[in-house]
Amino acid sequence: MKPEMSVNLAGIELRNPVMTASGTFGYGQEFAEYCDLESIGAFVTKGLSLKPRAGNPTPRIVETPGGMLNAIGLQNVGIEAFIAKKVPFLRTVSTPAIANFFGSTVDEYAEMARRLDEIPEVAGLEVNISCPNVKQGGIVFGTDPNCAASVVCACRAVTNKPLIVKLSPNVTDVTAMARACEDAGADALSLINTLTGMAIDLNRRRPVLANITGGFSGPAIKPIALRMVWQVAKAVKLPIIGIGGIMNATDALEFILAGATAIQVGTASFINPGAAQQIAADMEAWLVANGVADIKELIGALET
Amino acid sequence: MQFTSMILSNAEVSPGYWRMRMTAPQEFSAAEPGQFVMVRVNGAIDPLLRRPFGIFDVGVHTPAQSGAISQPYFEMLYRVVGKGTAMLATLHETDLLDVLGPLGDGFNLGSPDEEKLIVGGGVGLAPLYLLARELVKNAPVRLFAGGKTRDDVLCITEFERLGVECYTATEDGSLGEQGLVTEALIRRLDALTGKASIYACGPHGMLNAVATIAAARSIPCQVSLEGYMACGVGACLGCVAPGSGHSAETPDFRCVCTEGPVFEAGELKWRE
Repeated sequence: MKPEMSVNLAGIELRNPVMTASGTFGYGQEFAEYCDLESIGAFVTKGLSLKPRAGNPTPRIVETPGGMLNAIGLQNVGIEAFIAKKVPFLRTVSTPAIANFFGSTVDEYAEMARRLDEIPEVAGLEVNISCPNVKQGGIVFGTDPNCAASVVCACRAVTNKPLIVKLSPNVTDVTAMARACEDAGADALSLINTLTGMAIDLNRRRPVLANITGGFSGPAIKPIALRMVWQVAKAVKLPIIGIGGIMNATDALEFILAGATAIQVGTASFINPGAAQQIAADMEAWLVANGVADIKELIGALET
Repeated sequence: MQFTSMILSNAEVSPGYWRMRMTAPQEFSAAEPGQFVMVRVNGAIDPLLRRPFGIFDVGVHTPAQSGAISQPYFEMLYRVVGKGTAMLATLHETDLLDVLGPLGDGFNLGSPDEEKLIVGGGVGLAPLYLLARELVKNAPVRLFAGGKTRDDVLCITEFERLGVECYTATEDGSLGEQGLVTEALIRRLDALTGKASIYACGPHGMLNAVATIAAARSIPCQVSLEGYMACGVGACLGCVAPGSGHSAETPDFRCVCTEGPVFEAGELKWRE
């Protein structure tokens, strides 16, 4: 019998728990040729800002064993071009589109949330308080619970759409960040964003990335991500989206056992642009093979 | 498109440089000169990312025995530079690879009343063979191929067989004239009587020199760029190159994988 794969994520109906991670799936359209968007739960746009951003100088990416570092610098088309050039495509897809966004001040975050709230094609908002590659003039929203709470409060005040907060792993206690966002009115939490890392070219005696440091992603970070999802799931009541090195259905189901309601596929889409579709299909096959009637039975079902 | 490709041959053509022929779907034969593929070297997580390679040639292999099915193929010319390409060099006939492509925007073939001047450095010759094959159909074509040593000047015989007039230069003088290949290009440009168009692929320094030479003479010039990229489909934004108007105040980055890899030289920012 066909298992029930749908989950409800803070009011967004997902046909299955598989989403794509911001910054790894363009604005959706780029992947339509390789990944049937109607086969996945939701997709998340590249992080958007009020003004277009050009991003960092190159080299911006480097591969390391089991992972990659990126320092793109939040290059994006800006909210105006998003509305004019990217939103029309969202109308052609029934799968929910989540808009990921960021600002450099609390007011900018709130303004972005207000603008995105007006777009009917946007099913939910994902607030990026955790990009490691951009300097915020001393304010690091993603690593201070009070700063994070002020961003979430300001966004909450201007939108009734589901508000997801994407958490940074570059903190001492991720549960403190999670609780601060829950108290400030977030509807869901997604974690983890990339880990700050660096790579060095010994012969040139220089950092490989022009930005010196970058965000580490890929299968190498999965154990850290699993641990953080498990910790946060015990600390808050909000639904959680598990992210971090998910390459296949096994990885995805492990996150669900750890407490995630949904998962995001990131770096894997770079290697296989159809990865999210494949993972959704393989998760369903695993449920069939293991006699699980409903994916929701597995959420947080880890036995310890 | 994404497909599983079977290796038909994989041979070292010069120390450190390999040429691989692989099966392709029928639709792949529409690949434009200058387009590229992203190849997954193995199914493991190290190396994790695909590797980009220019398309050296496309064709159809027709077996000698009657009744056998003809097999479309493509070829890549690659240099062993790291872990991924070193693993690629160990693969054999019948091994399978996961391929994404053809990707990107290729060369504009231009008009037939121009002399076609192709400039390649080292493994930069990879996307220029398919280009030469198309260009010779309608116009005279000259190739200027350069490298550090004779080992870095690849597949010249193949270009000559197309009817391309070839000039070679090496930095150590071990093949052709000693020096940079751009010197031979300048001599040809000085002797020109009619129109010409330049097509270049190679190290960034060489492309910079070629773009500067072309701009000074107002000769159309297209360059094919390399970039560190994770995806090849415009999502990772790792492979960008600065556009002509780029500055710290007016940032202007072009995506090599989707807006290129071939650009009009004038679209990009070069050192003066």
